[in-house]
Amino acid sequence: MARDDIPDDLRPRWISSLSQAEPAVLEAHWAGLEPKPAFRWLRPAESGLVMLRGRAGGNGQAFNLGEMTATRAVAILQETPALTGYGYVAGRSKRHAELAALFDALLQDPSRRADLWRDLILPVEALRTAARRKRAAAVGATRVDFTTMVRGDV
Amino acid sequence: MFEHAVVTEPGLADPVQQSQEIFRTVLAALSEPGRVFQLADMAPVGALGVGSAAVAILLALTDGDTPVWLGGKAEALANYLRFHTGSPVVSDPGAAQFTLVKGVNCQLDLFDPGNEDFPDQSATLIVEVDVLAEGGPITLSGPGIPGHRHVTVQGLPADFSEQWSANHAQFPCGVDVIVTNGTSLMGLPRTTSFAHSGR
Repeated sequence: MARDDIPDDLRPRWISSLSQAEPAVLEAHWAGLEPKPAFRWLRPAESGLVMLRGRAGGNGQAFNLGEMTATRAVAILQETPALTGYGYVAGRSKRHAELAALFDALLQDPSRRADLWRDLILPVEALRTAARRKRAAAVGATRVDFTTMVRGDV
Repeated sequence: MFEHAVVTEPGLADPVQQSQEIFRTVLAALSEPGRVFQLADMAPVGALGVGSAAVAILLALTDGDTPVWLGGKAEALANYLRFHTGSPVVSDPGAAQFTLVKGVNCQLDLFDPGNEDFPDQSATLIVEVDVLAEGGPITLSGPGIPGHRHVTVQGLPADFSEQWSANHAQFPCGVDVIVTNGTSLMGLPRTTSFAHSGR
């Protein structure tokens, strides 16, 4: 089902935000959500391995870097239209995958999107940006410049 | 714009336990041709338009390494299988390892009978028929059958006996068939001889 009312870049962005969010934040938002939608699991949460592939230098031959644990779940809302939400997260947290799937389904509903976007996705992204800045600052403080060596390819 | 296949039915509720149960039932059915087994309440049928035994067998036996042929007109079922099992749905019946067909459309020689070196690599056909019961005009004999067994199968093509004789004669090659109707199933491996007495 193509949903033309959602801008192209929005869903990848919220799926990414949901999968990288702190599970506790999602759980808290779900707990405060009223009324909760009726739903069932099209694919109950399951953990497995995904192969990570990389390219040397970003442009060489693809090689298998190694496997990582991932967890996924798919929910379908029991309402019309029956929206399907997908949650894929790194690690083994089944609840995180479930919550990501549920919020993905809800965000596809135009009547719920604006609220969720404002109250969940933007704060989650802000938290992540802040955490990243903090870490970048901590790492940056110990930065060493090797002034006698040439950086990168000349 | 992103599109996603419309899948509205869940797969097996308890995949580990149920797929073992389904596998065991299929094994028993193929070991004792002519006996009708039951696979109740395993798979949801919903809007798929196929019996639940047939769907359950596909859910248990197919995965990303088993190409499935569905005959081109089963888009809902194809999406369902791709979603739940990851099986490639192929357009060439000769490339399929599993297939689900309606009885009247059943044409055995379309499918891979394996080869002399690897007869185990032949295709397995799940054939959904209108009526399936023990006792009746069809006489089965062969390995797994003490003497003869009689069954009723309605909804196979008129020339099925001839098709089956040709398949049976290819031994050790040949396709294996699982006949299903709703929640019932019956094994018809290549070793079984099939005779229709009166029509």
